Amino acid sequence: MWVVVQQIAPYAVAYTIPLLITALGGLYSERSGVVNIGLEGLMVVGSFAGALTIATLQGTMHGEVLWLGLLAAMAAGALFSFLHAFASISLNANQVISGTAINMIAGALTVFVGRNLTGSGNIQIVGFTRFSVPGLSDVPVVGKLFFTNTYPTTWLVLLILLISYYVLYKTVFGLRLRACGEHPHAADAAGINVYRIRYLAVAISGAMSGLGGAIILTTYSGEFNGTVFGLGFLALAALIFGQWKPLGILGATVFFGFASTVANVAQVSPVLAQIPGLILKIFPYVITLLALVLFSKSSQPPRASGEPFEHGKR
Amino acid sequence: MSFHKQKEGITLLATILLGLAAGALFMMLAGHDPLSGYKFLFRGGLMNLERVGNTLATATPLIFTGLSVAFAFKTGLFNIGAAGQMLFGGFCATAVGLTWSLDKPALLFAMTLTAMLAGALWAALPGWFKARFNVHEVVSTIMFNWMAYWLVYYLVPLYFKGSFETESRNIPLAASLRTPWLSQMFDGSYMNIGLVLALAAVAFCAFLLQRTTLGFELKAVGFNRFAAEYAGIHAGRSIVVSMMLAGALAGLGGMTLYCGYATNIQIGVLPSQGIDGIAVALLGANSPWGVLAAAIFFGVLYSGKGFMNAMTSIPPEIADTIIATIIYFAATSVLLEKFLSRLWRKQQSEEGA
Repeated sequence: MWVVVQQIAPYAVAYTIPLLITALGGLYSERSGVVNIGLEGLMVVGSFAGALTIATLQGTMHGEVLWLGLLAAMAAGALFSFLHAFASISLNANQVISGTAINMIAGALTVFVGRNLTGSGNIQIVGFTRFSVPGLSDVPVVGKLFFTNTYPTTWLVLLILLISYYVLYKTVFGLRLRACGEHPHAADAAGINVYRIRYLAVAISGAMSGLGGAIILTTYSGEFNGTVFGLGFLALAALIFGQWKPLGILGATVFFGFASTVANVAQVSPVLAQIPGLILKIFPYVITLLALVLFSKSSQPPRASGEPFEHGKR
Repeated sequence: MSFHKQKEGITLLATILLGLAAGALFMMLAGHDPLSGYKFLFRGGLMNLERVGNTLATATPLIFTGLSVAFAFKTGLFNIGAAGQMLFGGFCATAVGLTWSLDKPALLFAMTLTAMLAGALWAALPGWFKARFNVHEVVSTIMFNWMAYWLVYYLVPLYFKGSFETESRNIPLAASLRTPWLSQMFDGSYMNIGLVLALAAVAFCAFLLQRTTLGFELKAVGFNRFAAEYAGIHAGRSIVVSMMLAGALAGLGGMTLYCGYATNIQIGVLPSQGIDGIAVALLGANSPWGVLAAAIFFGVLYSGKGFMNAMTSIPPEIADTIIATIIYFAATSVLLEKFLSRLWRKQQSEEGA
């Protein structure tokens, strides 16, 4: 069994990381009071921008081009998320509807542009290669699990997780952001510009989702094809499952990562091959539902999340 | 006509026109001629009787999923799970159609009942989770979408394998919603009696929402759950009932997709009509007759895009882009409404002066 865990760990981590960064992005947005169902679409936009950048430059540049692609993905995600921010912050539109529109526009528009540019809706690239962290990969148990066959993006995302924890809980900006999601009018009375904080939070969620989409592209998928396989929605579930907290999200996404990977590689392991595929595939979803049933009654979403804020209204 | 109604209508029309204009802009930016693009798009959907039939057949599952989403919206629920409900409902109906050998009317009746029950069941659980445990329906219905996806993915090859690994056997003629007289009436199109079912569903929903106590209670819960509870309405039960009705509608949509528009069930795809149903409901302003109109409009775009793609070099995804843009403009229609209100006030003050 241990051997199996060791074998699947790198795959599970690869699957977890884009989920984690996207759910973290969603965390910023929801903590500031804006529900962002458009995470899926923002991931698609990021994946597209990354693919376009990398495919264009890969012939002439080396090494840095992948990082450039990730940057482009973040920029594109942040830019695209302004559509959602404008609708839900400035116009008080229904945030769920606006987010749904973002998902639909992203899926359709990227493939439309992609077809015009390349003839087919798919863009292929050569992604990151895995490497083992020198020194740490020789540490017993943990070394084999987490420090062999890793992608550089994994470490980037973990770093962002740490920074996010610090920013949300230890800085003035984090306090203000959380205040906007709990009592925007109180925050407003204290002289905080609720609109600006929310715009910034949504832009951060866009940049992080874009990064998530580009990480899928540059690690295990290697091609843009107009979809991120529902991972944006899964990230949304992880956000709620993780109780709108950074560490909770880490736990939820790691769980999804391992559960999904077990289901995907079950055939190669004699122990797991005995369990019917169907059971393995629906297992993560059933467990998530159970966890939600158990914890939702007492869960504390940001109080003002989904509520439009109007300056001067009490 | 009151100003309010008038404004609503104008806003809706402006939304659609803006979406079409954005589509034209995208075509132009990509170096295509928007005029010929739209010409072939609409001709592709409406050119002759056969294409009109295909358009209506394309619209049929959309009417159902649109109704499903709109119905749940009325009770304040966002049913993002219409795809899973239609997949599961359609799968169960297909299973009945492939297993039982009855006369066509009896078999279709049994399949209809099965589709409704299966869809209702698939939505009832998220509804119950919401009512009893406060589980957000957006997340739970997404989970149910993927559970339906994997269920069908494994059960179809196991019990109903067709000539390919990825699809079921073709349903027999007796289990098909297509009938010779309807197909002949529309020059051999995909047209099927699913449309009749859909029209009946529209009328049923309109009646239920506007003329019955149940409809009133569902809407009351949607307006304000706590006020409704204070007035003695059982909010939890209304939520479950609303989700079950939404699921039954989506399940029927699944049957019209797999046993009317298509002849078998494909594995490995969540039907896109589930998500499009959200767009249909939004454009139709959550009213049953609005849903019908919106679904037919989307049907024109969807069935025309293939023809447009064949006649020009414009990628077919432009149809989805136009629809998505329309939804965004619908979400931001506040801007339009403010603009219209200002125009109206200006006009009135000029008349008064």
